This record gives sequence, structure tokens and C-alpha cells, in this order.
Amino acid sequence: MATLELSIHEEAVSPVRTGRRLGMLFWTAIGWMILVFAVAILAPLLPLPSPTDMDMLERRAAFSALHWLGTDGLGRDELARLVYGARISLVVGLCAPVIGVTIGGALGMLAGYFRGRFEALAVGSMDVLLAFPPLIFALAVTAFLGQSIFNLTCVLGVLSIPAFMRVARAATLTLARREFVIAAQALGASHARILLRELLPNVALPLLAFFLLGVAVIILVEGALSFLGLGVPPPISSWGSMIGEGRESLDVAPRLAFIPAIVMFLTVLSFNLIGDTLRAITDPRQGAL
Amino acid sequence: MTPMVGFLARRLFYLLPVLIAVSLLTFLIASLLPGDLAYTILGDQATPENVAALRHDMGLDEPIWWRYLGWLGHVLEGDLGRSFRTGQTVLQAVAERLPVSFELMLFAQIIALAVGVPLAIVCAARSGGPFDRFMTGTAFGMLSVPAFLSAILLIYLFAVELHWLPATGYIPFTEDPIGNLRFFVLPSLTLGLAEWPGIMRVLRSDMIAALQEDYITLAKAKGLKPSRILFVHALKPSSLTLITITGINIGRLMGGTVIVETIFALPGIGRLLVGAIGTRDLIILQGVVLCIACGYVLMNFVVDMLYAVIDPRIRHGHA
Repeated sequence: MATLELSIHEEAVSPVRTGRRLGMLFWTAIGWMILVFAVAILAPLLPLPSPTDMDMLERRAAFSALHWLGTDGLGRDELARLVYGARISLVVGLCAPVIGVTIGGALGMLAGYFRGRFEALAVGSMDVLLAFPPLIFALAVTAFLGQSIFNLTCVLGVLSIPAFMRVARAATLTLARREFVIAAQALGASHARILLRELLPNVALPLLAFFLLGVAVIILVEGALSFLGLGVPPPISSWGSMIGEGRESLDVAPRLAFIPAIVMFLTVLSFNLIGDTLRAITDPRQGAL
Repeated sequence: MTPMVGFLARRLFYLLPVLIAVSLLTFLIASLLPGDLAYTILGDQATPENVAALRHDMGLDEPIWWRYLGWLGHVLEGDLGRSFRTGQTVLQAVAERLPVSFELMLFAQIIALAVGVPLAIVCAARSGGPFDRFMTGTAFGMLSVPAFLSAILLIYLFAVELHWLPATGYIPFTEDPIGNLRFFVLPSLTLGLAEWPGIMRVLRSDMIAALQEDYITLAKAKGLKPSRILFVHALKPSSLTLITITGINIGRLMGGTVIVETIFALPGIGRLLVGAIGTRDLIILQGVVLCIACGYVLMNFVVDMLYAVIDPRIRHGHA
């Protein structure tokens, strides 16, 4: 299962290397992203049937001109549900890491720059948050808060704070000793100015790379929760809940589970590929290896 | 005081506040969030008087910090409460299901190591070669396949199409060992498939770095067999890395257990948790979350200790 503590420990050589063949892979990933984003944003404008209209006479219908990808167990259009599911996955997948990167990034930079008690406190409180296996924390909190997209996004956002904090703190720690920061201090720049004008632009790039990996992880966690029926509430479609519903009819219509599964896999893989490529570019250690 | 005892004391001293904070957070999640326990127990037909009386009986009308201390006192005595639905105590319920989850995690870890370690060695030995590039790519791709996807794929392949293995169910090991193992094949395979890429990726890069060390060059110059260099000289120092990855992966493994147990209907801790969410059995939910979090913290503690036993630099504080 994917969790939020992925990646930063894995300094493995990535399959992404500079070179023409893997460059193509990277651009394919970008292309798929653009397609998914465009379809998700334009969903209401597309000539699609409603994703929630049931048609009991057309249950698990095969591919047809009317229903391009057939219908699900309740006679709802599979393609429409897939497209509207993309909106959920992307909204949760993008908003949650935004919460994480904002709070975690700020905390990490402050901790790495000021050190001392603040750093100890920040690191300590993150340890408490990390003491819960992420998926179980998310399950418990959404169970109490009630299932809604907003709650889900907030919980996953909070869960991603420690990871972003670690990345920001590590980057700040090394940068704060560099000459340009010392020079700025010598020139009498304020702490705020050093943090925002000197450090932030340099911390932003590794954070962005990690952000994309975070999106991939969050989409997977949201998928897992919705798969269990504990994520987005029905009748809203999400890729995870579609796979979960498709599981019931694996013997008669396996495509109901496999089509959303493939779409989800490709999307997560694209985020991972793009994020990993950016990380390889921004991480000097990778180049040295 | 020997360094080991000192290190143990430092870690224990750090463990205590974390455990207290974990218990506080668990309590707060269950207490502050909407959905009053009294209403949940009494159901829709509850009159305000009944609710008030039950709240008083359960001490819900007292200040929150007082309730926390009372609850913590009970927890320390080993009383985590009992389900108001089944009457079973939390400890009973957890103890009953723990062996199932443990068996699952053990098998999954064995599968992940059995796949990940040999692949890492072979890839590191011929790093940059076609097999290495293929496996690195596969491992990277597998990171995008969550447990519930591989579970569906495995069920479809082995249960629906081939009818080789049961898709769901469980039988205790004491009743039918073979049947028990049959039920565990697909769930552990699912979890193992999610775990091996992490092990393989980290161990591989670790070994590639180790193979560039001077002592490896020396071993080669001495004319040692390549297999001996690979397994003894390069793999042994990486055992530290293996322990670290295992430690880091425990949380992910626990989360994966919840999903896998639910999919394959294994009566473990994860299914207890999901079931408690479904029936809004708040006492069980709170107790299970506390048990899992404490177990997780303690397991990380054990991993830290193991690490210190193996690597003297850590207990001397040089790491």
C-alpha cells in the first residue's frame, strides 16, 4: 500500500535518465496528464450522459455508440463516471498536497533556519503524527468527521505535512550555510527577507518535485479509502469506488474494475515519472552517482 | 554506564512523550469530533432525558481533560472498554484477531524479501545492464500499483479464471493447516507485491555504492570469487539498510493489511477496524486505533534498538 512516507528514503537510481528514449516516456506522461486534466476540467461541457443516472434495463451493457465504455452494475455510464471520477481524484490529489506543502514547507523552512527549540518542537510533533500508520489515521478520522470530499482532503493534507516538512527542512539546513545566505545576513537582511527571497526560491524546486510524488501517493490513498467505501460518499464516482464496485462483478464483467484501474495506474505513474524526473534534475546527489 | 544502556535510556525517555501524545490524539479524535457516543448507542429514538442520563452514567458530561485522565487510567490498567454492540472487550477482540494480521504481515514480508533481495543482488552485480534496466523500470512501475489493484488482478486470475485458490474466507491454522495456508496465499502475495519494489530499489542502490568501496577492490585483488564478494562483502553491510526499510515499511504494511483483510475477508485487526467504522462502534474503533498506533511506535522502537545493536556508531551517537 502506498503511504506518505514514500520516496525520500529511496535514493535509488531512478529509471529516468537523461537521454532520448526516456525523454519520450517523460513527454508521454506529460501528454497523459494534459489529457486527464483537460477532460476533468471540461467534463460538464463534454457530450457525456449523466454519471449518476441509473438505467436498470441497461445494467452492465457492453460498449456501444451510446455508452462508449458500457454501463456499470446500476446502468450508469462508465465513461461519464470515469471522467467525473477524474475530477475527484485530481481535486483531492492536488488540494491535499497543497495543504501539506504550505504548512509542511513553512514549518520545515522555519525549523531548518532558526533551529533550536522551535526545530525540536516541530520535529517532535511530526513524530507524533507519524506514529499513526497513515491509512489507519485517515480511516479513523474520516469515520468520525463524516465522509465528504472536504474532510477527506483535509485529513490527507494533514497527513502529508510531515513528509513535506522533512524535505523543506533538509533543503534549508544545507542552504542556510551557503555563502549567499551568509552574505545576505552580513548585508543586514531581515530573517523574513532571507527566508522568502534567498531560501524559498531554492527550496521550492525540490518541494515541487516532491509535490508531484505526493499527488501520486494521495491519489492512491484516496483510491484505497474510496475502494473500501470509506472515501467519497456515493453516488459521487471516484476511481477507487468504481474499482470497488467493479469488484462485485469480476466474474461477469471484469472490465468494470479493470478500466478505472488502468486509468488510475496510468495517472499515478505519470505523476511519479514527472516527479522523479524533476527530482533527478534538482537533486545533486543523483547526478554524482 | 555502557553506551548501549545509555542509548536505550535515551530512546525510552523519548518514547514516553510520544506514547502519551498518541493516546491524547486518539482520545481527542474520538471525543471532539461530531457524533455523540450517547446518541450513537441509543439510536434515533432517544429522548433528551435518556441521552442526558446515559451521558451522566458514562461520564460524558465531565470536562474533557478529566475524562482523558480517567480513560488513560483505565487503559494503563489494561481496560480499553468494551463494545456496546457485541459486549466483547477491546482487548479480547484485538487478541482474537492479532494472530491473523500477524500471519499475513509475516508471509507478506517473507515474499517481499524473497523477491526483492535476490533481484537487488542480481541488478547490482550487473548494474546498467538490460536486466537491471528492465527490473528497475518494473519496480518503478509497481510503485504506482496499490494493493487493492493487485488484489483485484490476483483474484481475477487465480480465483475467478483459474479456480486455483479461494478468493475470500479464512479457517484457523489449528483446524486445517493446509486450508489455512491456501486462504493466505493471495492476501500475502498482494501485500508482498506492494512491498518488494521498495526493498529492491533501496538495497540495489546501496549495494552499487558498496561495490565501489575500496575493500571490494581489495577483495577482488585478492582473487576472491565474485559470488563471495557479492554475498559476503557487499550484502552484509547492507543488512542495516534492510532493517531500516523493514522499519519504514511497517506503517505501510499495516495500512495495506487493512485493505487486504477487507478484500479477502480475513478476520484480522484491519477488518475489525473497518467493521467498527461500519457499525459506528466507537469504543472498539478508539481502542483498535490506540493498539495499532502503540504497536507501531513500539515496533519502530525495536527497529531502532536492533539498528543500534548492529551498528556501534549509532549507540555512540556518531551517526
